[in-house]
Amino acid sequence: MKMAQQKFLMFLGCAIPYRVSAFEISARKILGKLDVELVEMPEFNCCGLPLDPVSHEMMLILAARNLALAEEKGLNIITLCPGCAGTLKKVNKMLKGDKALRDEINCHLKEAGLQFKGTVDAKHFMQVLIEDVGLEKIKKSVSKPLAMLKVAEHNGCHILRPKEFIGFDDPEDPKTLKTLIEATGATCLDYMDETECCGAPSVGVSDKVALQLARDKLNHVKNVDAQALITICPFCHIMYDTNELRIEKMFNEVYGIPVLHYPQLLGLAMSIPPEELAFNELRVDSSKILKQVCEAKTNV
Amino acid sequence: MTEKSVKASEIKSDFKYKISKMHGGEKLMRCFQCGTCTSDCPVARFSDTYRPRQIIRMAQLGLKDRVLDSDTLWLCAACFTCTDRCPQDVEVASVIRVLRNLAAEEGHIPQVFKDQCASILESGYAYKIPELKLKKRESSGLPPLPKGNPDSLCKTLRSVDFLKHVERKVE
Repeated sequence: MKMAQQKFLMFLGCAIPYRVSAFEISARKILGKLDVELVEMPEFNCCGLPLDPVSHEMMLILAARNLALAEEKGLNIITLCPGCAGTLKKVNKMLKGDKALRDEINCHLKEAGLQFKGTVDAKHFMQVLIEDVGLEKIKKSVSKPLAMLKVAEHNGCHILRPKEFIGFDDPEDPKTLKTLIEATGATCLDYMDETECCGAPSVGVSDKVALQLARDKLNHVKNVDAQALITICPFCHIMYDTNELRIEKMFNEVYGIPVLHYPQLLGLAMSIPPEELAFNELRVDSSKILKQVCEAKTNV
Repeated sequence: MTEKSVKASEIKSDFKYKISKMHGGEKLMRCFQCGTCTSDCPVARFSDTYRPRQIIRMAQLGLKDRVLDSDTLWLCAACFTCTDRCPQDVEVASVIRVLRNLAAEEGHIPQVFKDQCASILESGYAYKIPELKLKKRESSGLPPLPKGNPDSLCKTLRSVDFLKHVERKVE
């Protein structure tokens, strides 16, 4: 059996510790079951993405600083946030391929005794699952197939785009998350405009535009009678879970669609009790599907 | 964006060259206005004003003030659909980002970015994570949150122009 690297430096990002801890709790749980060892970052600064709109230079330094810290540790980075993964990947690729830019950024890093060499990779959690852990091992970890559930997936943008820098899956027809969902035994439903953006980055600039985008998605998911929406991004999750009630009120809609972090779904299929997967932190009530899962017979 | 006609006096002909020299803006002049970006833009579907094709054309023409002063510029959700689908390989979302950077240089900086920058300098994190959250991590069995290193971080950012700009504005 091939032995891929199964030890990663955990890059949490800002949004997850701030308000999406259920993602972290459930992801750590399932990664542990899948023998992925996580080492904590020695110190932390934001990946830089939030400041890219106002200072590309600052984004480059913030990202490069994290890559340099990981290089010192000699470990590849795993992130739960696709924004962090995308930024670290992009900057890694830019600096590796452009000596002038690398020298310029290293001048900044040198001020703090750091250097970017280009010796580590950064990957999102989902990419680690499919490439390093492998589908077979994930399937084997399933002790309670979720055949009773029909769900929908939402990849979000930064896990896939821009294609030139991310180089993972097909942004126009992504398959990885569907495959991972099906590995739990659940059915993954197709729906309209699956790859559409959640709108999160527009919150604060125009809440109305952002929430209309999220509403559109929830409508499509509702139309196919999905019992849950599965996400892999903290910001997408905030748009659909945290804001679902707000969207219902604003547009006079009724959804009641629970929004699960993928590791929560996989965790259920691994027979991990829901309370260990932080289901209690979800805003939209998920008790109906949990009841369905708990009442189903375990059949391996 | 505004519908008023273009006056020769408002055209800054060197604007496009400035954009073309910045990371992500290199291919601005390749755009032939097919409109794929706008028709595929999720924000344009729900916004009455945000039209990436129009912004690109205005940038090509050199309508610098109209573009940089406009709030519309900040509506892009950076989903990169336009970049991935552009038949001319224009990195549309990156051109928008270049324009935002230029707007920021001129002092057009939405408050949210100033707040996040200040928070990053102080703690490493873009948001101020409350003490209660840190305690809750412990009780949830999560490892302690890695700490920022503001001294080291500020050293690496010392010569960044934007920082001085924001520091002055934040406090």
